[in-house]
Amino acid sequence: MKYLDEYRNKELCQQLIQQIKKYPKLDVNLMEVCGTHTVSIFRSGLKELLPENVHLISGPGCPVCVTPVSAIDHMIALARMDETMIATFGDMVNVPGSSSSLKQERAKGADIRVIYSPFQALELSQAFPQKKIILIGIGFETTIPLLASVVLAADRKSLQNFYLFSLAKVMPPILKAILQTGEIKIDGFLCPGHVSAIIGTRPYQFIPMHHHIPCVVAGFEPVDILLAILHLMKQIDKQKPIVENQYRRAVKEEGNTIARKKMEEVFTPVNACWRGLGIVVGSGLDLRSEFSAMNARNFKVEIEKSQENPQCRCGEVLRGVITPLHCPLFRKVCTPENPIGACMVSSEGTCAAYYKYGIES
Amino acid sequence: MCLAIPGKIIGRIDTEQVKVLIGGIKKTVRIDLLPDAEIGDYILVHAGYAITRINEKEANEVIRAWEEIDS
Repeated sequence: MKYLDEYRNKELCQQLIQQIKKYPKLDVNLMEVCGTHTVSIFRSGLKELLPENVHLISGPGCPVCVTPVSAIDHMIALARMDETMIATFGDMVNVPGSSSSLKQERAKGADIRVIYSPFQALELSQAFPQKKIILIGIGFETTIPLLASVVLAADRKSLQNFYLFSLAKVMPPILKAILQTGEIKIDGFLCPGHVSAIIGTRPYQFIPMHHHIPCVVAGFEPVDILLAILHLMKQIDKQKPIVENQYRRAVKEEGNTIARKKMEEVFTPVNACWRGLGIVVGSGLDLRSEFSAMNARNFKVEIEKSQENPQCRCGEVLRGVITPLHCPLFRKVCTPENPIGACMVSSEGTCAAYYKYGIES
Repeated sequence: MCLAIPGKIIGRIDTEQVKVLIGGIKKTVRIDLLPDAEIGDYILVHAGYAITRINEKEANEVIRAWEEIDS
């Protein structure tokens, strides 16, 4: 496929790795923030090919994984309402709540539909006018403009039965929070390419400016990732951190201004709870008051008291403090067939990736 | 979740939707976020929406990577 195959060129990858090996004295931790990066790194086997002094750490970039148990319990309560249909991306269905999951609720008779595009929720609203259609609005900046677009379309069409349960989260505040906890040493960030296609490269400026840590916006193919790692090594070596864009074919400095405008028109920043990180100020987005009639949070439902499995260490995995191999449940109790924590459910979860690709160290 | 796949616009359906060829498969894609997309453009498709145009005339990471190795 054009724009994919040439970015998977084996010889070019090997040459780039040789270049990365020119910095043996730099022992660095590089965080790939995006779950799609994590999967790409594992799938292409890059982790094994990189020299020992380059450590890749997975960050909190899988939206399913960072959704807290309390939000899952809230969804389940919504799913139990009469004449209600939940429209959601597939991964969310399997994430365990305190005592149930959307999958279990579906088995008990709840109407839960897996969709590929948020737009399908609008089609469902029109096809089932007697039902309340609740779209589970999960995602980072890549997906949020899509949700905004759907809300605006529902508003234009004056749909009375469309609702959004927003779990939208934004990247810059969480990066800030991770840096402020100071739990791990981070020497460079591989910034998320498709989030950046929307927000551009400017929102990362605070990282080199205030934390003196280099950032490189990267694409998702092996050549993209290796090129970004090489540039992080060069920046670390020169000790002159900046925000670099190594995904210029898709990311403009200003991002996608039309998409950003739609996001701002529909959503307003709120404090959001992240699995493993707790409440992070201004890191979530909820519907603006103009759209409150569509806000599924306004339904009065009884939500059970949330409880996480005390042995589950997804939180630390998401903060990059431990790898899944340090979790006592990993591969023993927690598997993709029987996930205990969200990081094992999502195909982009770090635990699922470690499981699938048989990572042993 | 943030997966986006490159495809080529091969036809227009209406003002909001285009036909896109992705790895030999024709898909309908919404262009709400990229209203000036035109036939022949390569775009990145995320969950049924075009999120950005691919512009290799301005930037080609493969060429840049080779240049970097050769330098």
